[in-house]
Amino acid sequence: MRRVAVIGIGDTEFGELWDESFRDIGIQAGLAAVADANISADKIDALYVGNMSAGRFIDQEHIGALIADYSGLARDHIPATRVEAAGASGGLALRQGFLAVASGLHDIVAVGGAEKMMDVSDIESAMIQSSATDQEWETILGATFPALHALIARRHMHEYGTTREQLADVAVKNHKNGSLNPKAQFQREITRETVLGSPLVSSPLRVFDCAPSSDGAAAVVLCPLEEAKKYTETPVEIIGTGQASDTLSLHHRKDICTMEATKVAAKRAFDMAHLTAKDVDLAEVHDNYTISEILAIEDLGFFKKGEGGKATEGGLTALNAEISVNTSGGLKARGDPIGATGLAQAVEIVTQLRGKADKRQVKDAEVGLAHNVGGTGATVVVHLFRRV
Amino acid sequence: MATAPRFWRENPSRYNLVGFKCNSCGRTYFPPRAICPVCHRKSVGKMEEVKLKGTGKVYSVTEVQDSLDELNLMKPYLVAIVEMDEGAKITGQVIDCDACDVTIGTPVRVSLRKLSEEGPSGIIHYGYKFVPVKEKAPEAQH
Repeated sequence: MRRVAVIGIGDTEFGELWDESFRDIGIQAGLAAVADANISADKIDALYVGNMSAGRFIDQEHIGALIADYSGLARDHIPATRVEAAGASGGLALRQGFLAVASGLHDIVAVGGAEKMMDVSDIESAMIQSSATDQEWETILGATFPALHALIARRHMHEYGTTREQLADVAVKNHKNGSLNPKAQFQREITRETVLGSPLVSSPLRVFDCAPSSDGAAAVVLCPLEEAKKYTETPVEIIGTGQASDTLSLHHRKDICTMEATKVAAKRAFDMAHLTAKDVDLAEVHDNYTISEILAIEDLGFFKKGEGGKATEGGLTALNAEISVNTSGGLKARGDPIGATGLAQAVEIVTQLRGKADKRQVKDAEVGLAHNVGGTGATVVVHLFRRV
Repeated sequence: MATAPRFWRENPSRYNLVGFKCNSCGRTYFPPRAICPVCHRKSVGKMEEVKLKGTGKVYSVTEVQDSLDELNLMKPYLVAIVEMDEGAKITGQVIDCDACDVTIGTPVRVSLRKLSEEGPSGIIHYGYKFVPVKEKAPEAQH
């Protein structure tokens, strides 16, 4: 298997991008990544696009061909593949790109992720997002996507004494990091009181416990590590990739306070990289809800089970603390355009490992981890990156 | 709007809590599934229909304030994961009670109710919800 490097990154602002269409943002991120890699687009051998639900958000399927076409690659007839695993679509697309280069089948591969969520009403958007869970045995019975995460939060509080304030501290930290990221959807700091005073969505979770809906796109360009220096002085190697699945419904898990798929995907990635959680300097984790970040930092092995809330409250996950978690602002503040999120995590890690993260730079960052979740944990993808 | 058969074909489980028992290991699953995730191929042909008793305890619960379209008129409402006496866990609404009366561990029993309706003249969907089991009245102890 060949070693694989990221040689180019690109992303759009995340938020309510009324002026721009799905294809506009997809191309904008892709062009930025290609320019950053210092290649001409006709050098691209294959394209992977992470996208959850363009069919329902913009009535458009066949996204792989669409993005290849508007990238100006129709006459090159490159293979273009759309990858879907709900919220983990982006991370999974990155994994497909990695495998294509590692296998030797393709040399230069572009991987993008995009979602255009603002072209439908809030209620429609909520229904589309809940299609990541079991429609027949969860959604129809009244369990919304936030409700399922609220059930996790309630049980975690019951078993481990995690407090309402500790959940709020996740949002406060991620908004603080977002305030240092000029591409974040939310760039204002908030306080515990902001979170605790916001309207209830599904008890105990409130509006400020939830990541927003967003339009946005992100992309990377990959090539074999041995050729990476031809294109960039600062390649970043993907040293581990892990993917795992679990039951589609939350209620079928033995213990909803642990995302087994996170543990398994992380183990696979760490084993491949010959590293452990202790070696990680920064992590972008899937904080679609505040409780999700607490589960993630426990299941990835940064903290013991049940201690994620305390660690957050104690500031251990803040920028340049014990481990810097969600330096981009995370899904909470950077924004969560579903299919783009896994790629945006990769873009943030590469930016940090290049030492180009400006005010939110993690000091001496060498190893970064990206953790991308689909549904309530039925798909998890973990990637490990290292500065070359 | 979905067609009638999409809902109709699930009615045995939605109306009568019909799940499957694996006769290789004895575990009970709800809703039905063709293969036991523990026994794998050994379970093929040994999965048998079983009707759950309909009693269990709340494993986790939330009050939903911000619901999806069809359930808007009911909100706020309680949703719980209930651990049934047979061991299977099921998601459903908890009704006929105040939110403060339901916590982790509250005993509940199943009740057939209207789940939703597709507009004023559309299909009405029925299925299971849960109601808290009241403590026995004093006279019942004689």
